[in-house]
Amino acid sequence: MIRYIIRRCIWAVALFIVVTMIGFVLFYLIPADPAKFACGKACTQVQVDKVAHYLGTDRPLYIQYLKFLGRLMPVSFSGGPHLKSPDLGHSFVNRQPVTSIVGAAAPVTASLVFGGMVIWMLIALPVGILSALRPRSLLDRTSMTGVLIGISAHPVWLGLIASYLIGYKLGWTPIAGYANFFHPLFAQPGGPVQWAYHLLLPWMTFAILFAAVYVRMIRANVMETMNEDYVRTARAKGAPETRVMRSHILRNALLPVVTMLGMDVGLALGGAVFTETVYSLPGLGAQTIQSLNNYDSPTVLGILVFATTAIIVMNLVVDLLYAWIDPRIRLS
Amino acid sequence: MPLLEVKDLKTYFATGDGVVKAVDGVSFSVEKGQTLGIVGESGSGKSVTCLTIMGLNPKQRTTSTGQALFNGEDLLKASPSRLREIRGNDIAMVFQDPMTSLNPVHTIGAQLVEAVLLHRDVSKAQARRRALELLKQVGIPRAERRLDDYPHQFSGGMRQRVMIAMALINDPDLLIADEPTTALDVTTQAQILALIEKLQSDYDSAVIMITHDLGVIAEIADDVIVMYAAEVVEKAPFDRIFKHPHHPYTWGLMGSLPRLDADLERLIQIPGQPPSLLRPPPGCRFHPRCAYVMEICRSKEPRLLPVPDEPTHLQACHLDEETKEREAARLLQTFATGAA
Repeated sequence: MIRYIIRRCIWAVALFIVVTMIGFVLFYLIPADPAKFACGKACTQVQVDKVAHYLGTDRPLYIQYLKFLGRLMPVSFSGGPHLKSPDLGHSFVNRQPVTSIVGAAAPVTASLVFGGMVIWMLIALPVGILSALRPRSLLDRTSMTGVLIGISAHPVWLGLIASYLIGYKLGWTPIAGYANFFHPLFAQPGGPVQWAYHLLLPWMTFAILFAAVYVRMIRANVMETMNEDYVRTARAKGAPETRVMRSHILRNALLPVVTMLGMDVGLALGGAVFTETVYSLPGLGAQTIQSLNNYDSPTVLGILVFATTAIIVMNLVVDLLYAWIDPRIRLS
Repeated sequence: MPLLEVKDLKTYFATGDGVVKAVDGVSFSVEKGQTLGIVGESGSGKSVTCLTIMGLNPKQRTTSTGQALFNGEDLLKASPSRLREIRGNDIAMVFQDPMTSLNPVHTIGAQLVEAVLLHRDVSKAQARRRALELLKQVGIPRAERRLDDYPHQFSGGMRQRVMIAMALINDPDLLIADEPTTALDVTTQAQILALIEKLQSDYDSAVIMITHDLGVIAEIADDVIVMYAAEVVEKAPFDRIFKHPHHPYTWGLMGSLPRLDADLERLIQIPGQPPSLLRPPPGCRFHPRCAYVMEICRSKEPRLLPVPDEPTHLQACHLDEETKEREAARLLQTFATGAA
């Protein structure tokens, strides 16, 4: 088990380096000078060079990358080795520390993704199981049609329609915007109730695609597991149907769903871009778009680092969780 | 009164292509402490017969008629909750493939305990003691330690022992074993059969042994039923079947039994395929594959009738008694010596 975790950690570090390198190179390839952009339109070449020197973009790419890695290290060797907090550098645009930009945007995206996940599972579990129990029934056909629509509809389109109909026409929810869960800013809505109220539409929009995918997956898994020999054994023992379903079918059918959940959380971070844009949520997705438009490479890289770390950690957690719930993996 | 009496059992499955008559008018009975062997090819309806008795066929698109009287109670008319009481308690079943018949995510201890707790009002600790006792009886080494192991930590033979322990844990009156040795290697097969025989005498249970292997029947059966295409074609006490088989299909089964003591170049096989149960052939269902086919076989279905002077030996074939005795003797001689 310990060897397994160590191996996973080494793998995670390698993945991390590859991802950030690619991010760096991609930015270098963009034919635009961030110094020129940061300096403004009226700058002379001398002033632009000064800004470039100040931002560090006049150094060779590998130096920039090593400096970036050095800032991320929790130890510093200048003036004797000592511990420091990891640093993502400062935004080219407004000189704010990237750590605080990411720190402000991450909770918004996390609220969206995890809240959405709860909703999509709340939809997918009962619908998937009921469809599997009555294949080709009216419920099954209706839900499969819903799945097709859910998979085909783009979240931006869904979001705009929902925002217009439910938020504007019916006025049941806010049209857009975000409310903080903990500390309401001055004269702004805040607190758990407002938070959930503002996120209701984004959650729904975000959950529909995944709910559709999961309904189909759960339905297929449950149907497959129902035909397993050990389910017949359970019935032959005299187990009632509810027990057969809970202890023998679901326990096995939902194993792959756990893995999928872990992988999809990473995918969902990417999908959040659309939902955040539509509903003007100040999350990581919206921040990425904004920073990309400003050639603000430290912020984009910072978000990349954060997202990579989050996905790696999430996958590790899922793997460990999977090993815990599936004895065949635990012991081999 | 026999322990189990099956009368004119029919099980039909409705499919997209039509009605599959998987069991078509099967009758037999099992006495307490006896072993009944059911032989036949895959798809001849042996397993479906037993699943119907247990009420384990899929509910949708299945119709079962006839009677299955267990201690006088018709299982086909019993309510689902009454069937659940009987299953695993009065009638238990061991399945063909031990590799897939145990739930991979529960320990075998948990699965055995579940079987006890479903039918007995005892504490978990008592159920666990009972589970341990059974594991020891079926010969699992170091049973105390293995109780908390998962199925994948057991070999195929050991898993089948666990399945047998699970079937016998509530001391059932009837054990249905559906090809319990098919998935196992030969030495393990012999051990499992010996185990079933021993436990049967210990518990005085009746056993229905489903198999396609006459060798297994020879080991343990008292009575034998030969099934072909959803019907019973021959039914006899064990020694009659082996010494005076009456149905050409039974002869074919015997010819395809590998033997170490005979010197056959190759096994004698029954030509052709078992018929489709959607549209079984008219007349005798075996006639397209039968070497002794006569005109009457193509149009008139033979009835299951007793052999003259042998009321316990039933067979369904149009051939006359003399031909059957002669051919059976000749073929048995052939199988034994290898002379063609």
